[in-house]
Amino acid sequence: MASGVAAWLPFARAAAIGWMPVANMPMPIAPTEKNKRADELIVLNVSGRRFETWRNTLDRYPDTLLGSSEKEFFYNEETKEYFFDRDADVFRAVLNFYRTGKLHYPRSECITSYDEELSFFGIIPEIIGDCCYEEYKDRRRENQERLMDDDEDKKDAKLPNMTFRETMWRAFENPHTSTMALVFYYVTGFFIAISVLTNVVETVPCGATPNTKEVTCGDRYTVAFFCMDTACVLIFTVEYLMRLFAAPSRYRFMRSVMSIIDVVAILPYYIGLVMTDNEDVSGAFVTLRVFRVFRIFKFSRHSQGLRILGYTLKSCASELGFLLFSLTMAIIIFATVMFYAEKGSTSSKFTSIPASFWYTIVTMTTLGYGDMVPKTIAGKIFGSICSLSGVLVIALPVPVIVSNFSRIYHQNQRADKRRAQKMQKARLARIRISKTGSSNAFLHSKRNGLFSEALELTSSIEEEQHLSKNQSLLESQHHHLLHCLEKTTNHEFADELCYEQSYLEGALQSYPSQSPSLSSQEGMTGTCCTRHTKRNHAPLPNSSIPTCALSHTHPHHNLQELSTIHIQPLNTSRSSLNMRVDEPARLNCQSGTITTAIISIPTPPATTPESDAHPPPPGPALQNVVKVSAL
Amino acid sequence: MGAVVGTLTMGERTKGERRRPSRDKIDDDFELSIVCHRPEGLDKLEAQTNFSKQELQVLYRGFKNECPSGVVNEDTFKQIYAQFFPHGDASTYAHYLFNAFDSAHSGSIKFEGFIMALSTLLRGSVREKLTWTFNLYDINRDGYINKEEMTDIVSAIYDMMGKYTYPALKTDTPKQHVDAFFQKMDKNRDGVVTLDEFILSCQEDENILRSLQLFKNVI
Repeated sequence: MASGVAAWLPFARAAAIGWMPVANMPMPIAPTEKNKRADELIVLNVSGRRFETWRNTLDRYPDTLLGSSEKEFFYNEETKEYFFDRDADVFRAVLNFYRTGKLHYPRSECITSYDEELSFFGIIPEIIGDCCYEEYKDRRRENQERLMDDDEDKKDAKLPNMTFRETMWRAFENPHTSTMALVFYYVTGFFIAISVLTNVVETVPCGATPNTKEVTCGDRYTVAFFCMDTACVLIFTVEYLMRLFAAPSRYRFMRSVMSIIDVVAILPYYIGLVMTDNEDVSGAFVTLRVFRVFRIFKFSRHSQGLRILGYTLKSCASELGFLLFSLTMAIIIFATVMFYAEKGSTSSKFTSIPASFWYTIVTMTTLGYGDMVPKTIAGKIFGSICSLSGVLVIALPVPVIVSNFSRIYHQNQRADKRRAQKMQKARLARIRISKTGSSNAFLHSKRNGLFSEALELTSSIEEEQHLSKNQSLLESQHHHLLHCLEKTTNHEFADELCYEQSYLEGALQSYPSQSPSLSSQEGMTGTCCTRHTKRNHAPLPNSSIPTCALSHTHPHHNLQELSTIHIQPLNTSRSSLNMRVDEPARLNCQSGTITTAIISIPTPPATTPESDAHPPPPGPALQNVVKVSAL
Repeated sequence: MGAVVGTLTMGERTKGERRRPSRDKIDDDFELSIVCHRPEGLDKLEAQTNFSKQELQVLYRGFKNECPSGVVNEDTFKQIYAQFFPHGDASTYAHYLFNAFDSAHSGSIKFEGFIMALSTLLRGSVREKLTWTFNLYDINRDGYINKEEMTDIVSAIYDMMGKYTYPALKTDTPKQHVDAFFQKMDKNRDGVVTLDEFILSCQEDENILRSLQLFKNVI
């Protein structure tokens, strides 16, 4: 419940009177305000600047410094005010949070000092209002980047106790860490260059012998080139295997782009080794050689700019796609038009529409080779329209790609983007938790509250005090209101687990046996109730097991009924008692609870579920007697 | 060159275009919310209700905090009420409540109407409380509660429970509840409940009488 509307709680409670005539059951007692005092002004002296506010305003958020008793540590007896030796400007924002329920971030403040003040006063920054949240996050990210840059210089110090594998991986990823890594880096770079050069020079025609025709260098010095190629491939293979060995997650490494490039670079060589010099497959073999050029992509490990370019293209995929699509459309349109325009002319090169594609592409990209030119007048007109529109169509998506690239290049934050997304998810998760926390809080406190009422009956005061301390008056009033609603509708709030469980139980029990034969029905709900009894033994229901704890709220309902019977002994009309008896499920749990509670209280809590379910249940008449005597 | 020109013009244009339409809309909304209402004097209100001056002050401060303009319209009312019942859907019941508070049917609740109703509910006599509740149930203000109206009210109350309840809500649970209600309240079995029947039946039921006194010291 947002504490901002705490002022309306009296109204909501008053409106609950509208439910009273509809309800069939007695309402729970309202929580009383112990030592209710009139609202008073308190003075907060922050570094000399005095702020005054009502005490109730601060009590709205009891889990912060100002809302809890923690502020008593700062109370100054002589001046009767609370003194804080903190920044007064930021305190304005903090106090306004209490007043309005919204936390704002003053733009003139430094982000670190603001964060420190917030953590001092116990306020989590996630609740900053949407108006200021973007600014806050941006400033925070900038600050963290600045800190990160400082950190990276420090990070290169070698951490102790790194295994050989980790050292190797670090050496591969960051060549500046050690001399060996640097040497390795340069050696591989050198060999990539050599390999690419070899592939290129291999095709250059060099020196014809007088009687034969020109041969390429590759054919002339076959052995030399083969040795060179082998050496390079060996180095690359060794490098790949070493990286594979050192990778922390081998599966992920094998899926990464760089390793695929590595594999593609060295595979043709091995395939060539395996295949014999067969006439049939030599054509395919030649094609494979083309893939050797992929070795040039290995340079992207050595160049940051290349990686950014690759990333840009990946992130602009949609714009590139649009460019391609619009170009294709335009090409097809103009090619068709040109074909039909030039159909009439003799010896026209525009033999078919696909043949006209070439003309259109060359014209639209303003290349203009001149191997195909229109001869008819119509053709020339359409040709000029084609070239003009080409300029436009290409100019449209290009600025988007350019701006994308410049943005990415300047920010250079592949990792930051991922981190920001994680933060956003974390923030939403935290807000969701605090929202469900308020609805779960009721179920929590119902468990606690009922338990405390049961304890009241057994008059153990210390535990009750401990429990009630956890809830502010506001919360207890709100929970009382929800409790009244439960009583009016004769149903309880439950969370999803218990709802599904009870649904199943309801389905199972849809074959009604009018006489509540407890032995037959107890088994089905036995598991539900028995876990409850275990908790009876635990001194306090701790909220560290929220899900399974909440799923067993229904037995507590029966404890509640018991306590109401006790408190209003003369008022339970026959009708309500009968109603309870008619509900087989509830009676079940009652019986399960009561009997096992009585029987197993002295035994230690390590009871198995079976043994809890086994004690023979008495008949219904005895049931009521048992009920009363349990109190 | 085309790319350069495109980039430069693109950046400037989109910023300008986007701002203009939204500003018009914000201006329109701003006009509507200037309407403000101030309540009558503190003394007058103290005379008309059963609250003391301090209580009125506390109430007004809370009221003004949430509704700086001095009036509550139905949407704000529903929002505020829904915050107290996070499990289910409180909007239908809040609608009926709003109509009950807004006795003049003006579409908005001013502070006077608010505390008049609160005074009846918290400090009024049993008869006054029951009369107020009768008016809440009597949706069309014809002086009778019939089964449809009661079903609407009870369904709205059950809606506030939400989906996850124990035991699970069946579709005819509200109807059963309404039948039980009419069984108790409709003395002459004519299918409608009048104000006198209602007050009489409620006074016979000790549970109801007791629960009406539950919120005596809420302020």
